[in-house]
Amino acid sequence: MIKTINIALIGNPNTGKTSVFNALTGLNQKVGNYPGITVEKKQGTCKLNRTTKARILDLPGTYSLNASSMDESVVIELLLNKNDLDFPDVVVVVTDVENLKRNLLLFTQIKDLQIPTVLVINMSDQMKRKGISIDIELLEKQLNTNIVLISTREKTDIDSLKETLVNYRSIPTSPILDPLTIDETYFQSLKRAFPNQSLYKLWLVITQDVNFTKLERQKVPDSADFKTQSQSYLKKLQQRETIKRYQIINKILKETYRVNKGEATDLRSRLDNILIHKFWGYVIFFIILLSIFQAIFDWSSIPMELIDSTFVQLSEAVNNYLPPGVLTNLITEGVIPGLGGIVIFIPQIAFLFLFISILEETGYMSRVVFLMDRGLRRYGLNGKSVIPLISGTACAIPAVMATRNIESWKERLITILVVPFTTCSARLPVYLILISLVIPNQRFLGISYQGLTLMGLYFLGFLMAIVSASLMNKILKTSTKSYFVVEMPNYKLPLLKNVGMTVWEKTRAFVVEAGRIILAISILLWVMASYGPGENFSNAEDIVKTNTAYGNISADELEVKIASYRLEHSYIGILGKSIEPAIAPLGYDWKIGIALISSFAAREVFVGTLATIYSVGNDSQETIKNKMSAEIRPDGSPLFNLASGISLMLFYAFAMQCMSTLAIVKKETNGWKWPLIQLVAMTLIAYFAALIVYQILK
Amino acid sequence: MISLDKLALGETAIIESIETDFLPLKLIEMGCLPGNEVSLLYLAPFRDPMYLKIDEAHLAIRIEAAKYIMVKLIS
Repeated sequence: MIKTINIALIGNPNTGKTSVFNALTGLNQKVGNYPGITVEKKQGTCKLNRTTKARILDLPGTYSLNASSMDESVVIELLLNKNDLDFPDVVVVVTDVENLKRNLLLFTQIKDLQIPTVLVINMSDQMKRKGISIDIELLEKQLNTNIVLISTREKTDIDSLKETLVNYRSIPTSPILDPLTIDETYFQSLKRAFPNQSLYKLWLVITQDVNFTKLERQKVPDSADFKTQSQSYLKKLQQRETIKRYQIINKILKETYRVNKGEATDLRSRLDNILIHKFWGYVIFFIILLSIFQAIFDWSSIPMELIDSTFVQLSEAVNNYLPPGVLTNLITEGVIPGLGGIVIFIPQIAFLFLFISILEETGYMSRVVFLMDRGLRRYGLNGKSVIPLISGTACAIPAVMATRNIESWKERLITILVVPFTTCSARLPVYLILISLVIPNQRFLGISYQGLTLMGLYFLGFLMAIVSASLMNKILKTSTKSYFVVEMPNYKLPLLKNVGMTVWEKTRAFVVEAGRIILAISILLWVMASYGPGENFSNAEDIVKTNTAYGNISADELEVKIASYRLEHSYIGILGKSIEPAIAPLGYDWKIGIALISSFAAREVFVGTLATIYSVGNDSQETIKNKMSAEIRPDGSPLFNLASGISLMLFYAFAMQCMSTLAIVKKETNGWKWPLIQLVAMTLIAYFAALIVYQILK
Repeated sequence: MISLDKLALGETAIIESIETDFLPLKLIEMGCLPGNEVSLLYLAPFRDPMYLKIDEAHLAIRIEAAKYIMVKLIS
């Protein structure tokens, strides 16, 4: 019989915890959310031996059990709730060999919860180079646990970790710190009140402002007595607890851990000397950003064209293969163009996440935080806002979630509110197709106008984010103190496997999440464009034929006239027509109006929507771009010209057209107030920017 | 005794006292405790934030927090 055990991975950030998780689970992992909150929940399975399987939970990185963010609260909520389905049979604390002392703080806290705990010392391949030696046997005895040395880089020791985990029952569960040594009177009275409880667990329930289950609350019915101590007094006790723990750890490490400084080679200082240099640091950062955007533009253009034409061919093939009818039309005119509108994003999203995860994995991102903090603070942002602002270029959703480690609420709120201005990948296809339509494909001093326009749009997004941040910084008044503590991790070569997993996971999530919306909207649009109310729609053919103005045109031209007359009087045509007066001053016709409306679900449907609208009733299978450039205004000039193209780009640059982002902002700010402000303000800015530009350029 | 924000680049000091009410617990947990060594490794423009080595940890904090940490120079 196979039995399954629950394992939780816990560790400080930057210890390679995720590498251990990836090494154990490989592709057998899934990423979800904890119920009700947007904290990412990573779970996987792994076969430990022939009779034991493990469900492995990769908990958010944390420095201690004293939670200061939502992510960290997840850890302590789980560990204090024995009834949770994920409650671990055994905990693996992953530590980094170089920062063992600090990592052991968290280890001693978890050990004190009396759950079997294995200590993994990661990056053991660094020991020799850093001149570190550890007496493992003695350390195991002192900490009363099992220790596994691991190097995920060399993939050697995962098997011995598995073996240790199988025998988790033999791991002693005795605590390390006796709370009575922190403050005898306080903890004695706590003990008298709850004689059967673990003092450390009680202490956590009292000090942590997290959402404990009913169960734990019942156990501490009168904990109010112990909360009446002032916050400042409790904090003093927490501080004393930390000192006590460090005393124990120092004593243990003194006998077991040695660093021979002479043998250490210092990569950190050599790289830091350049990378956070007061001048060159900024130059290098700018060059890195520039190359990333250039690479995304260059590298993804070929696969994107390939995807575009493949889907056209697919439509054609399906059209030839299936018998004509409503279902075939739905597939070739609704589903396939809709799917194409999703798949076409894959190259860009994959490249963006590739670069972002490399920057994070190497430890460079923390240096950027250091470089940018002072400058961004002037606008009410935080050095840590850099990560959301950069990852916002992939997608605002993970970017809004990445604001969580900004300690100051005001700085975090401002970051959340301005992040959607950064050019997310959903805007990219809109920009790309508009640029290729209206910006001449010429070069100036070897730089293409098209590439320059795209970079300008990215720059505009950042500029708008900064401007609106400084505006909000003046409006929002709060007195909360802002804390800023950033760890500067060691530089590391990125692990291919970790980078690959991130790229795969994020891209897959995008395709599945956005794909559902896009597909649904494409089908809805097709239905609305293929049916309409009243005479004008059902008798389109007769009405057009009897129109004497079309007396002497060819049969083909007549077909087109009929199709466009029908579209105009379909449900969607009526909808688009009704908003035309509002958008005509921006240079858009009712077809673009339809794309604008559907884009409020998600920007990326713009191209797909136009593709669907232009496909309906049109048998010729053309690429989207060719269809768009063939569109003309009543006076015969092309619909997509410089004025309307730039006006559209500006509209998409500024408007808040993403339901998923609004939903995530609502979750992260606990209410509809901020997402609604965001929606209204951004859309107004977009409308007037587009209006002004079109009126000037036309 | 001086406050940490007065430290010059490259100097090392011992932490004498900290005003816990004004500092995040996280900083203390990362090793910012009386008795530990602290050295100033790098400064961003305008001396803010400060890149420190506290005990074994490399971290960046803002000047406003550094004012609440009192240190004694040893080098």
